[in-house]
Amino acid sequence: MNRQSQAAVLFLLGAALLHAGTTDLYLRYVKSGLRPLLLASGAILIVTALATALYERRRARQEQEGDGHTHPEPRISWLLVLPLLALILVAPPALGSYSATRTGTALQEPLAYPALPATGPLRLSLVDYAGRAVYDHGRTLAGREVQVTGFVALDHGGTPYLIRMALNCCAADAQPVKVALTGHIPPVLQPDTWLTVTGTYTPRRVADPVNDGPIPFLEVTSAKPVPAPRDPYDESWNN
Amino acid sequence: MGREGEKQAEVPETVAITKEAPHAEGASPKTPRPAAPPEQPGRLTSPLALTLLLLLLVLLQSPIRRALSAPVMQSWTTVFVAVVIQALPFLVLGVLLSAAIAVYVPPSFFARALPSRPALAVPVAGLAGAVLPGCECASVPVAGALVRRGVTPAAALAFLLSAPAVNPIVLTATAVAFPRDPEMVVARFVASLLVACAMGWLWQRVGRTDWMRPPAHAHHEGQSKGAAFWDAVRHDVMHAGGFLVVGAMAAATLKAVAPESWLRTAADNPVVAVLALAVLAVVLSICSEADAFVAASLTQFSLTARLAFLVVGPMIDLKLFAMQAGTFGRGFALRFAPMTFVLAVASAVLTGAVLL
Repeated sequence: MNRQSQAAVLFLLGAALLHAGTTDLYLRYVKSGLRPLLLASGAILIVTALATALYERRRARQEQEGDGHTHPEPRISWLLVLPLLALILVAPPALGSYSATRTGTALQEPLAYPALPATGPLRLSLVDYAGRAVYDHGRTLAGREVQVTGFVALDHGGTPYLIRMALNCCAADAQPVKVALTGHIPPVLQPDTWLTVTGTYTPRRVADPVNDGPIPFLEVTSAKPVPAPRDPYDESWNN
Repeated sequence: MGREGEKQAEVPETVAITKEAPHAEGASPKTPRPAAPPEQPGRLTSPLALTLLLLLLVLLQSPIRRALSAPVMQSWTTVFVAVVIQALPFLVLGVLLSAAIAVYVPPSFFARALPSRPALAVPVAGLAGAVLPGCECASVPVAGALVRRGVTPAAALAFLLSAPAVNPIVLTATAVAFPRDPEMVVARFVASLLVACAMGWLWQRVGRTDWMRPPAHAHHEGQSKGAAFWDAVRHDVMHAGGFLVVGAMAAATLKAVAPESWLRTAADNPVVAVLALAVLAVVLSICSEADAFVAASLTQFSLTARLAFLVVGPMIDLKLFAMQAGTFGRGFALRFAPMTFVLAVASAVLTGAVLL
């Protein structure tokens, strides 16, 4: 790959990073805190591309005869075209039911259980509900109507789960937190559809077949499909 | 369906970018150079190849998308893109800093700063690695330059091994990746420095100069500082970026395809776990600025096994072996690499037993 092509690849790579960083696309792959770094590195890559093109042009103008000075870069640089295409052409979705059912639930014991509003339905994050249900034995949930949002996944036996992937840094370390559904489950459940489920706490529990982690149940009273949230991952563990 | 429509809408914009840029970049330098070196007619130049490749992929995008719509492939692509996107900013940051140091700090400075006694120079050089931010791809050429400027090889090798593992960017990335285990950062620092010094002293004892082929040519001669700086940035991003893609592909394959039961089996036995992750670090060849995040995702494994992954990876892996053989000669790399591997595993186990 000669320097002109390298400048082109660097430019496209920078543009792709800027594109991902200025839209919500990057949230499918990395945590939201990485955004400033993404934008900065995208800009730097574009500057590098322009500088390379500029110096290459100047060098070409100065050199009368090609003295074989150009030593081509190794072929490995061509691979940089792959993430470019994967990001711009394919833009794969955030991790969903496939990875979630292959990985064991990653529920961790919460550090504290902040007080909840005394009246009205409780809108909780799925991770919060699971933590309170398993490690606080539902003390703060008993007798309350709760609302949680997540995507649907079915295991091999057809048991429906509501899942949220929790993320530390990027999708490579994303791990699911699962809540099993019981009660008035919608008759048709399509994996990977996002639902907001209204229901009540039930002490029933099951062990995740993958890693024996605890999975709490939620007694469903109603469920409605919702669009995927802006940030599909739960990032509460980052704080 | 909604997502499908959104993708379709993005396409025209993509086509515009991919078609225009290579043409513009490829064509411009040719116009002011009528007396260009005789180009062999009919030869596939890389701008042409790049344009054709991008065009082909844009044309074939719907079959490609269909092939990638299976859940395995989708999850593979997501993890692949995620690793690359997450690592690229760190890579660019490291490359910028290392290019600035390589261009604006004269190599004679390093020679002057080091003690003249080799036994003392080794730990000093190892610690000096901490202030050169960069990944292992950057430290190989810098170590080559140090040797050329008369730094004792033992010290240069200690620097080569420690720089990618103990610098602030890598340690910060490690702290970010292991928010619940801050002792991991200390363990990584200590274990890596230990290996670097041990290898330096070992080389001083038994190493022979004829094993090492001194690097031949100086890079940035006859260039302005600005040109040299951007040239170093471009070169390092293209190199390290290419290897990063290899590492991301391997990591994505492991994550999407390998059944969790394999890793669980390996993770259950503490000895097998350490060896498995050490070998994995060699095979994956992940940039040291990104490897902490991959290690963090290997949650089935003990912290000691993951420490072995973090200590071995920056010191010896497939791409480093290739780069060392290229810079110092194959005879050197064949002796140096296995020894580094053994010492790195031993040091990680030792440090893990004490600190983790």
